Amino acid sequence: MTFSPELEARFARLLTIYPAGRERSALIPMLLYAQDEVGALTPELMEEIAKRLNITTLQVDEVIGYYSMLHKRPIGKFHVQVCTNISCLLLGGEELYQHASKKLGIGHKATAADGVFSLEEVECIGACSWAPAIQVNYDFHHNVTPEMLDRLLEAYRRGFPGNGTGHPQLNLAGQDVQQ
Amino acid sequence: MMYNEPSPLEVKVLSRRFTLENSASIDTYLATEGYKALEKALGMGPEAIIEEMKASNLRGRGGAGFPTGMKWGFVPKTSAKPKYIVVNADESEPGTCKDRLLIENDPHSLIEGVLIAALAVGARAAYIYIRGEYRYLIDIMDKAIAEAYAKGYLGKNILGKGLDFDCYTHTGAGAYECGEESALLESLEGKRGIPRIRPPFPAVAGAWQCPTVLNNVETFCAAPAIIRDGGAAFAALGTPRNGGTRLFCISGHVNKPGVYELPMGFNLLRMIHEVGGGMRGGKKLKAVIPGGSSCPLLTADECDLPMDFDSLAKAKSMLGSGGLVVMDEDTDMVKAALRIMKFYAHESCGWCIPCREGTTWLKKMLTRFDEGQGQSSDISLIGDLAKNMLGRTFCPLGDAAALPTISIVEKFRHEFEAK
Repeated sequence: MTFSPELEARFARLLTIYPAGRERSALIPMLLYAQDEVGALTPELMEEIAKRLNITTLQVDEVIGYYSMLHKRPIGKFHVQVCTNISCLLLGGEELYQHASKKLGIGHKATAADGVFSLEEVECIGACSWAPAIQVNYDFHHNVTPEMLDRLLEAYRRGFPGNGTGHPQLNLAGQDVQQ
Repeated sequence: MMYNEPSPLEVKVLSRRFTLENSASIDTYLATEGYKALEKALGMGPEAIIEEMKASNLRGRGGAGFPTGMKWGFVPKTSAKPKYIVVNADESEPGTCKDRLLIENDPHSLIEGVLIAALAVGARAAYIYIRGEYRYLIDIMDKAIAEAYAKGYLGKNILGKGLDFDCYTHTGAGAYECGEESALLESLEGKRGIPRIRPPFPAVAGAWQCPTVLNNVETFCAAPAIIRDGGAAFAALGTPRNGGTRLFCISGHVNKPGVYELPMGFNLLRMIHEVGGGMRGGKKLKAVIPGGSSCPLLTADECDLPMDFDSLAKAKSMLGSGGLVVMDEDTDMVKAALRIMKFYAHESCGWCIPCREGTTWLKKMLTRFDEGQGQSSDISLIGDLAKNMLGRTFCPLGDAAALPTISIVEKFRHEFEAK
């Protein structure tokens, strides 16, 4: 299996940073970074990583089953994660999740037919003081209202690349996401 | 950047660079006394560093509140195996969002704190375990580490003093349990995050069974100020046995939710009304989770108290991770208890039966009350079941699920009866 040169470089580095003989430590980072590139942890990908770390595919599989960010089936190009844990719950997180579900026409851990969006009700994402909060892929959006969510989804659908920085200006300004 | 306006009541020690331009860059750091504590620590020797940490009365900021200097002192002085530093940046206790700000705005203070710990125990490398959802922080941290290598604060022969030390980031992939120290170490080794049986503790057998100092981000970030200005100065900011300041995360039904750095022992009611801007819509205060969702709730009448580890323990709750969740009079406590339990049922790693089964059964019973199907005999059963989880699991997750539940059922029993 071949990966992009960037991912190969990342893998090569990961294999050097842990103590000699402890390369298995690179497993979880390798799985997450590979998933970001390939889209899902396919059987082929699991075998490839097992081979590189000199462990069994079963050992890879049992790790995947434990971590909520690792998944074997493809998800949407934009994975919408709505937090409904306690701080978000108090400020409308559950209503926000219901709104997203209705808007996208999909439920928890489902992917829309066109593959653009998938949805997940997630546990605390570490944005409690700026609740309710969501993540779209790795982008954080704070103090999200249903109206802001609509604008955000529309912006992502039209190709907004995400800022990847965790900065909240997008949703705070609202109009920014309309380009 | 900051996500909320600062409060004039704050005492900025760890957050003092947060509002500076390019606060994460090494140039900003060096221009504001950055790495001065490292220079000082290089001339102090391990014992003097640990003494200074002890004098600071700094207690672990992850939640348990264990004295940091004592923890560092547990690492064997001589060891045939290499020693490691592991940073817990797996921030995932509901109500907590402070480590995010420390890494985002001042990653070099974390590196410097780690270097001080390394000098104190003789470690050769550090691994910063950052939760997978915080990808942008891994990029910020990696950039800061590269800057530190380029300027000679990491790598070989640091500042010409013969210290060799490496620092790496490591991503998690979504698991609350990995915030527990022994589960984190399992995860760092590429395994499922299942807790380890202790003893041995990480100080003796941690990462790859080697002696390891494992602390929360905020704990390490306090070390540069302690070494630079002295442990006594840090201790004086707080209350007896509870030194320094803390980043309190205020969320829920207040006008100005946010992360604020306040002295240990700051009054909880003042935190809500003066720092947090008071209750939204002029509503009445009903309850507070004082330190992340694992802590027993306090009713409005119990909130006039200083926020430090000992005062909260006296009030039969915990200071925990410093995440205050404020609830107003309209809050449905049954719903709150259910949402908290859903979380623990989802995050239980499944190893210990009291936790795995207990959280699932409690979730089912609380769901029944939430749907108006509860029976009055089940109210006591919820309390009994939760009490039977206490102390019967290898890690504190079982207790973390049981404690808030017990407190809600005891303090808000009438809301269950009304369902």
